[in-house]
Amino acid sequence: MTDKPVIIDSSTDARFGHLSVQNVSKVYDPLGAHVEALDDCSLEIPAGEFIAVVGPSGCGKSTLLNILAGFDNLTAGQVLIDGEKLATIDHPPRPGSDRVVVFQNGALFPWKTVLQNVVYGLVVQNRFPESEANEMGMELLARSGNLDRIAGSYPSQLSSGMQRRVEILRALINNPRILLLDEPFRAMDTVSKTTMHRYLLEIYDQYHKTVFFITHDLDEAIFLADTVVVMTTRPGTIKLRLDVDLPRPRTRETMLSQRFLELKQQAVSAVHEEAKKAFERGERELA
Amino acid sequence: MWKLFTQQKFMLMWLGFMITILSWYAAVKWLPISSFQRLPDPLTVVIEWFNTDPDYGLSVFTRDYYLHIWYSTYRATTSFILAVILGVPLGILMGWRVKVNDYASALLSILRPIPPLAWVPVAILIFPGSEPAVIFVTFLVAFFATTMNTLLGVKSINSDYFKAAQCLGARPKDILRDIIIPGALPSIFTGLQIAMGAAWFSLVAGEMIAAQYGLGFMILESYNLVQYPTIIIMMITLGIVGYISSAIIRLVGNHLMRWREQSMGLSLT
Repeated sequence: MTDKPVIIDSSTDARFGHLSVQNVSKVYDPLGAHVEALDDCSLEIPAGEFIAVVGPSGCGKSTLLNILAGFDNLTAGQVLIDGEKLATIDHPPRPGSDRVVVFQNGALFPWKTVLQNVVYGLVVQNRFPESEANEMGMELLARSGNLDRIAGSYPSQLSSGMQRRVEILRALINNPRILLLDEPFRAMDTVSKTTMHRYLLEIYDQYHKTVFFITHDLDEAIFLADTVVVMTTRPGTIKLRLDVDLPRPRTRETMLSQRFLELKQQAVSAVHEEAKKAFERGERELA
Repeated sequence: MWKLFTQQKFMLMWLGFMITILSWYAAVKWLPISSFQRLPDPLTVVIEWFNTDPDYGLSVFTRDYYLHIWYSTYRATTSFILAVILGVPLGILMGWRVKVNDYASALLSILRPIPPLAWVPVAILIFPGSEPAVIFVTFLVAFFATTMNTLLGVKSINSDYFKAAQCLGARPKDILRDIIIPGALPSIFTGLQIAMGAAWFSLVAGEMIAAQYGLGFMILESYNLVQYPTIIIMMITLGIVGYISSAIIRLVGNHLMRWREQSMGLSLT
């Protein structure tokens, strides 16, 4: 018998999910167009911290996420995860189930049912026999708002919010060190978004996974995260690191509190400056 | 059962048949154009088709009728299966591995527009006997249709699916089985439908030129022997056999893509 997977609560094990981004740079097409996407970017994310990254379009947020996910290599610096080398110039990162991405437009496999999607990681890595993986999938679905009732549905039969919930569970069941969320709620209306925030916080409060969350939405960033990082326009560096000292669990009242507004004020001015720069540069590039 | 036939859809279907048959009858019997009158009218064809002792030797009660159907079906199926066995893997490789695409795509782009009939002389020269030649010509068109649609199918798969699978620990063989094949399947089956149609098309042409049996052969042969009702019988038979073959492909496709059927009418993103 194999051990049941325990989705490790990072708050009880400080060694699980600590991410260290050290002086990372990324240049696309160094011999041709030479686009500097990231320039000397450093970021410490303690295990179990929820970090939200905001910045103007093209500021390198996604580049950073791609490096962490292992889809892309850096051109200088290094990334460590729990002290192990994840990415250096000589050691390109590889995708792995310890860092699972939830995609902007959703990437549930449409030809697999909800349950088949959720257990895919466990099955494909041969960590568990399929029947056992299915059992675990059902258990996780049931624990997460009785989603076991939709286990046999295909993704296209679900609302986009429900699809995103399933996709988060598909990541979570692998017990990753870090969850990489690439603007997962971007295409949603405000009401569904609020529901998704509540759901994501519920999961976070339950498992305390390290979360790397990319967004454009400042309210969302401050409401969800422990730390909001504002990135500069290209080449991306860290402009501002904002500690969000709002108490958890967060509720609707949190968004109305004085402290929330103060934090938002700080973030807005930083983001605005960068957005303006990006905008002006865009004009110059056209001219 | 009666209810089924009185539904509007079926009424319209029968109406379509009726109008066609009536126009055919009218054209042959009533139009004052003498060349039209050489054609057999629908009644003559039906009588010949279901005659236990047919005037021209072919009806549903003769062994030869089924022999022709058997030959054509056998050739079409063989060509089609060969096309699937070679075309689907090639299309997948071309879509999956850039290098294979670099090797093959320019070559295929030049070979594909050559009409199947242009291959007939070469096919007769290189193959011993007419049988493999006809199959080869039929195979070619089906092969191109299958390969191209499979390639298209692989290319159209959302790249996030590949990334997601990698994140979850899938190795290349898992990606082939779990992402590429199911993801390309809708397009592959569109290709198979086209391939089957194209196979019948070039099969008949091939049989007219180089065969001793088969529906296409018999159509031309009946023309030469002035057995006009037989021509029509063979044509209608071709229609029926062709319809059955693509219906089988559609059924298999629907069975393999149940996930898709359930999402009809809903957007896929």
